[in-house]
This record gives sequence, structure tokens and C-alpha cells, in this order.
Amino acid sequence: MSEALVQRDIPDAPAPGESYLTAGTGLASWLLTTDHKRIALLYMAAITFFFFLGGAGAVAMRIELFTPQADLLSDDAYNRAFTFHGVLMVWFFLLPSIPNILGNFLLPLMIGAQDLAFPRLNLLSWYIFITAGGLAIYTLLAGGVDTGWTFYTPLSTAFANGHVLAAAAAVFIAGFSTIATAVNFIATVHLLRAPGMTWFRLPLFVWAIYATSIVMVLATPVLAMVLLLIFAERAFGIPIFDPLRGGDPILFQHLFWFYSHPAVYIMVLPSFGVISELIACYARRRVFGYSFMVYAILWIALVGFLVWGHHMFVSGQSMLANLAFSFLSFVVAVPSAIKVFNWTATLYRGQIIFDAPMIYALGFVGLFTIGGLTGLFLASIPVDVHVTDTYFVVAHFHYIMVGGAVSALYGGLAFWWPKITGRLYPEGWARFAAVMMFFGFSFTFFPMFVMGFLGMPRRYHVYVPEFQVWHVLASSGAVVLAAAYLLPMGYFAWSLVWGKRATANPWEATGLEWQTASPPPAENFATPPVVTQAPYDYHPEHSGPPAIERAAQRPQGHQP
Amino acid sequence: MSRLTLWPVAASEQAVRIDALFAGLLVLAGVILVLVGGLMLVFCARYRRGSRARRGELPKILRRDVEIGWTAGTLFLALFLFWWASSLALRGNEAPPDALEIHVVAKQWMWKTRHPGGAREIDALHVPRGEAVRLVMTAQDVIHSFYVPAFRLKQDVLPGRFTEMWFRATRTGAYPLFCAEFCGTQHSHMGGTVTVMEPEDYARWVAAQPQEQDLPGEGAALFTALGCAGCHAPSAAVHAPRLEGLYGRPVQLADGQRVQADAAYLRDSILQPKRAVVAGYEPIMPAFEGLVDEADLQRLVAYIQSLGEARR
Repeated sequence: MSEALVQRDIPDAPAPGESYLTAGTGLASWLLTTDHKRIALLYMAAITFFFFLGGAGAVAMRIELFTPQADLLSDDAYNRAFTFHGVLMVWFFLLPSIPNILGNFLLPLMIGAQDLAFPRLNLLSWYIFITAGGLAIYTLLAGGVDTGWTFYTPLSTAFANGHVLAAAAAVFIAGFSTIATAVNFIATVHLLRAPGMTWFRLPLFVWAIYATSIVMVLATPVLAMVLLLIFAERAFGIPIFDPLRGGDPILFQHLFWFYSHPAVYIMVLPSFGVISELIACYARRRVFGYSFMVYAILWIALVGFLVWGHHMFVSGQSMLANLAFSFLSFVVAVPSAIKVFNWTATLYRGQIIFDAPMIYALGFVGLFTIGGLTGLFLASIPVDVHVTDTYFVVAHFHYIMVGGAVSALYGGLAFWWPKITGRLYPEGWARFAAVMMFFGFSFTFFPMFVMGFLGMPRRYHVYVPEFQVWHVLASSGAVVLAAAYLLPMGYFAWSLVWGKRATANPWEATGLEWQTASPPPAENFATPPVVTQAPYDYHPEHSGPPAIERAAQRPQGHQP
Repeated sequence: MSRLTLWPVAASEQAVRIDALFAGLLVLAGVILVLVGGLMLVFCARYRRGSRARRGELPKILRRDVEIGWTAGTLFLALFLFWWASSLALRGNEAPPDALEIHVVAKQWMWKTRHPGGAREIDALHVPRGEAVRLVMTAQDVIHSFYVPAFRLKQDVLPGRFTEMWFRATRTGAYPLFCAEFCGTQHSHMGGTVTVMEPEDYARWVAAQPQEQDLPGEGAALFTALGCAGCHAPSAAVHAPRLEGLYGRPVQLADGQRVQADAAYLRDSILQPKRAVVAGYEPIMPAFEGLVDEADLQRLVAYIQSLGEARR
């Protein structure tokens, strides 16, 4: 397989050793590239753009919610703002963020491959993504959509006035990009591992991306199906969900959550991988319980398919179904807890350095723990009945997906930035931004737990004045959070011009991606690497790092 | 801005029990958070780079044993929480048979309620304290959700289907009612007030309401007008199931199933009689789908119910 790639690339291949950034210039060399590293950067540009757009929706909401009455937005404008925020952030930011930026860039490097298994499919998936994103932006410009990102029927099919079909089509198309990427990742992990890179020598980031890809391939078709059914009912009047004509509105929720609950794991599993890499490197320790970490990822990926009904405890679902889904939801909490314990244990007897990526990682573990623990509240049927569809749920899933996944994305970007660009960013600013993100996030979202428990329903444009104090706290925190998101974009951009040149392995990490130049050459490795041992060899096994001074790390493999 | 509260008022029997579970979970989550966060902080301080803390080999116990230990421990804890939460959910599940039945119709963006005596309210609901109240709810358009935070209760209200919830209020007062399922433009305006009154005040309040014909009475008129009586009345010549005492009774169907003759069953049988044919009868009843609206259905079901509930 890899031989075939080499042969095909030879005619226009640059001189060996030239950085992927300078191998070929001009717009066409980027837009027609099949280099996974360049495609990762294309994704980074597109996803950052969507992050800004989705963020603008959040800003509009937080300003509006500063006071109980309506002042900035009309009812419809507010409904369109949160729908747009949800649709963009879920499908055009969170889902593709870590897999398509960091995964695309790092997966081949980490397993010692020259590229993904299907480089042209990789490029195609970016164009599909851009098409879908263009349609999403069209939806916004045409006037938006007001169903919430969940598209609940019969509201979306028979009552909503917005551009439901355009939004659904955008999401439908984006799904093909997701599936193409996932198939590519699965094939790559199966086929292109370097000699000696056995399954249980894979870095946890690779395991996480692999498990995520499997979930993507299995879950996304269900989303496509349910969106097609919406299309059938709204565009052609075929009654599927409309109860007045024999349809079943609950059917939509079953299908939607059958996709959307696994989608939560698509968003958060990759961040588990990132955090494991970061904590091991900055604690200078082997990941505690590597094999349990792998099994936990696989367990989550599997059981994550079986818990969708916990979104529907008050939907009119039978008590028996509620009990079954409650049980499975408690069961799926266990592997997440194991991961938190293992990350904590990895710190034990380490040589911990508090660089920016590590601060993001520690913040992640804290926020993810709170997000996970509040998941236990929501898995309990009686408590869920009270707090579902309130700000408690809003806070819970933002803790997982923003406090968790976005922290991991920023931490991962900081960690691999020198590898991606060959430049070092100012460490002091980065640490400041990481700390600010943790506190900004907590000030924004913790008050939402309180007001949710007090009974503040979600998706409310105007609200009862007694909740105002919590909304003011949340809106103020959001200012800090927004600054913490913008600041890194500033110093990352600064580093591209003025940043110091990075060495091949500035953090002295063990992964194969650090065994090649920063930025890597177009073909990744001058000669294919040979893997000789398990990942995370930061110290001799069973003896731990010495006191005071850190041990020399041993790379996972080398180029013969 | 009103004064700061951290715990919402608990005004129903269920609320007190749910609050106990919530408090338990809060304590447990707090302990776990302090444990994990505390350990992280201690490790970060003690094992910062260059500190003199002892490193070296991990104690033997800190390998596979501890991993299996905390996996099993977490699993047992999860199962315990499941048992606790679910037994509570099951305990409050069934409404008492003598519950006061109030009908609720939700529409964009309004709550309409109707008391047994025929009193109607909009965006308001008066209930007696200490008595079980059962809400039988349906929606005219999209999905709504009936949410009273002070009762800790919420139930989606669906078009084309009856859903039910019940509560026993324990404190007099006025409590906010919200729609909790996004239902379109004015979703956030779709609220109201649930007023809990002393039973004698409630009786006085009901008596003071303009008395219309009550729901079963209207249902009886419809029963004749739609021609139902032609077959189902005791005197009818057609062989059709008798409806007296039907409500709440198990029914043997032609396909061998047994179902409970509850509101949902009656509703389905009026709309699509051929879906569940009673054993021993011919499927001759015409479907009333599209001929009766939700309000009429509630009237008909209420009439059938008034023909005598079976002993439970």
C-alpha cells in the first residue's frame, strides 16, 4: 500500500526533506494538495471560520440574556441565533475539529505512515465539508432556521417558518465528509502502521481517533436517514412524523438521538486521546493503565450507541424503556471515570512541568470531571425529569463538549503547533490564555447548573427576573471566555512571523511525530521508521523518573 | 432582581423525595470532585519538576490491582445510584385511582386547562393542596412540555397522543409553569401559574367559575351526534362492545393481546378502530380519524370514562 503511494507521488514529488509548507507554492498547490498535513491546515482555516460564526451566535445570545426582557433580538431572531449556534458548533466545529485538524495531521505521523490511506478521498472530504458549510452560511443569509439544532418534529416539518430544508441539507452533506474521513482513518490505522507498530503500541491518540472513526461510520448514516425523512415530510408532504396524519413524532427523537448521542462521543473521544498524550509528556510518565485506557475508549464507543433514550425520559417513553436507558447510562459512566482516575494516577511520581498544553490538560480533567459527574444526575430518572430541558443540561453538555473538547483542542494545538508550523509561540501568553480559559469557562457555565436546578428552561428568549443574577454572571464570564479563545489566535499568528524556530522535538516527547523535522517534510519521514517499543517511554518501566532531574525519554521508534 | 436563592421551593410530595436524591448526588459528586481535584493538586505540587519528593518505582499495589479495584468500585457505585434513582422513579409512577383528573391542551403558545366540573382556565391551573391531581394532556400542534419547577415535574405534551403526569401539592402558593420543549416563536412566553389552594378554597373557587356543561356531558352529546350510540348504546341492535365499566379494564383483543382500556387505547380505537379489534367482534366500526379534533376526543373519552370506571 505505502509502496503504491510512493510510486504515484514520485513524478511531481519535491526534493526529499523539504518542508511540506514550502514544497509547492501558490493557491493551486494548496487547493489541489493530497498531503494530509496541508489538508489539515485547510480544515483548520475552515473550522476556525465556522467557530467564529458559531461564536457570534453565542455572543448575541449572551448579550440578549443579560436582562430578562427582550432588548437586542426579537423572538424569532433569538430562536435563529441559538439554532445557528448549535448547528454550526456541533457539525461544523466540534465534530470535525480534533479529528480533522489534529487527527488528519498527526495520525499518519504517529503511526509512521507517509499519508492517509486515501489521500484524494481526504481532499474530497474537505470539499464536501466546504460545500456543506457554504450551504449552512446560505441558510443564515437567507434568514436562518428556528427549530433548534435538534430539528424536533412536527415543529420542523409542519410548523417552522425558517429554512429547515437548507439547514438539514447542510448537515446531510457534512455527514458524507465525516464518513469519508472516518473510513480513511480506519483504513490508515489498519493498513499503514509502520513495521513494529502493533495495536497495543499505538499512542492513545490514535486509539481515540480510531474508535471515533468507527462511531462516525456507524452513526452518521442514521442522521442522514432521519434528515431524509424530514425532507420527505416537509418537502413532499409524506407523513412520517406528523401525528395528525398517522405519523409518530417520537420516532424522530429515537432516530435523531440514536445518532446524536454517539455524536457526543465523536466530539469527546478524540479529546481523551489528546489529553493522554499531553499529560504523559508533561508529567514525564508512562500513561497509567495504558491497556485500561484503550478498553475504556472501546467500551465508551460501544455502549455509547445504547444510551440514546436518556434524552427522552419525559417524552412519553415507557417506564421500562426509561429504566433500561438509565441503567445503560450509568454503565457508560464507568469507563469515563476510569480515564479520569488514570490521568490523575499518571501525575503520581512524575516530573510535572506546567507548560500551556499541560494547563489546558489539567483544566480539561477538572471540567470533564464536573461534566461527567453531572451526567450521573441526568442518568437518574427523577432528577432528569426536573432538570432536563433546563440550563442544567445546557451546562452539562457544555462542560463535556466545550470545557472538555475545546480545551483539548486548544491544548493539542499548543502542543503540536511547533510540529505543524515549525515555530514556537510565546509561552507566557499561552499559559495566561490557558488559565483564563479555565476560569472564563467556569464563570460562564457553572451559574447555568444553579439556574437550571432552580427551573430556568433552555431556549428561552425572555425569562423570569429571579434568574437574572445567574444570567448576568454567565454573560460576564463569557466575555473572559471569548478573550481566552481569541488570544491564542493572536499569538499563534504572531509566531508564524516572529516565533523562534522549533527543533524537531521541543517538548522531548516520545511519539513518532517528533522523530521527524518541524515542520515535517512532505513525505513525513526520510526513511520509514521502525517501531521498537510501546509509547510513552519517559522513564524505564517500573522504576519511574528519578527525583529532581527528569529521565531521558526514549522515542517509540527510529528511522533506520 | 429578587433575592438570591440556591434551592427552589419544593411544593409537591415528589419534590421532597427528588430533592433528597439530588442532595445525595450532590454530596457524592462533591466527594468525588474533591478527591480527584485534591489528588491532582497534591500531585501537581508534590511532583512538580525538580522537587525533592521521592519518585522511583511505583508500589506494586499501584498497578493492575488498583485499576481493577476502582473499575469495580465505580461500577458498583453506578449500579447503586441506578437502584436508588430507579426505585424512586417507580415509586412515584402510578397515580392513585382517586386522583382529581384535569385535562390540559397545549397549543402554540398557550396552556388550556379544564377541571372535572367544567371550569376552564388559560395559562393557569388551580389545584387543591394535599389531593392527588392527575393531568391528562395533549397538544394541538407541536410538542410542548408541562413543567412546574416547584413540583420537580415535567412531561412532554404530544400532538395526537395523551400523556399523563400526577402530583400531590403540599404547599399553598403560586408557582410558575413553563413550557420546557422548544415549540416555536413564542416558546419563552408560553408560561403560566399553578396556584395551590386549601381544599375548601379550591371548592369555593370551582363553584365560583362559570359552570358550563362538563366534559362528560359534552361527550355524551357528541356520542349521539356522531352516531356512536347507534351501535354502542345498550339498546342498539348491532353487535358492538359495551362501554359501561370499560374504562381501566383489561381488554382481550382479537389478535390475542391484552391491553388496558385507558385514555390512549380509547383514543386510538376511536381514530383507528381496526388497529385493535376486541375479541369476538367484527371490525365494522368506521375510523373517525380527521372527523373529530383533539378537544372532541377528550370529551368522548371523558364520557366513556364517566360510564363507570372498572374497579382497580
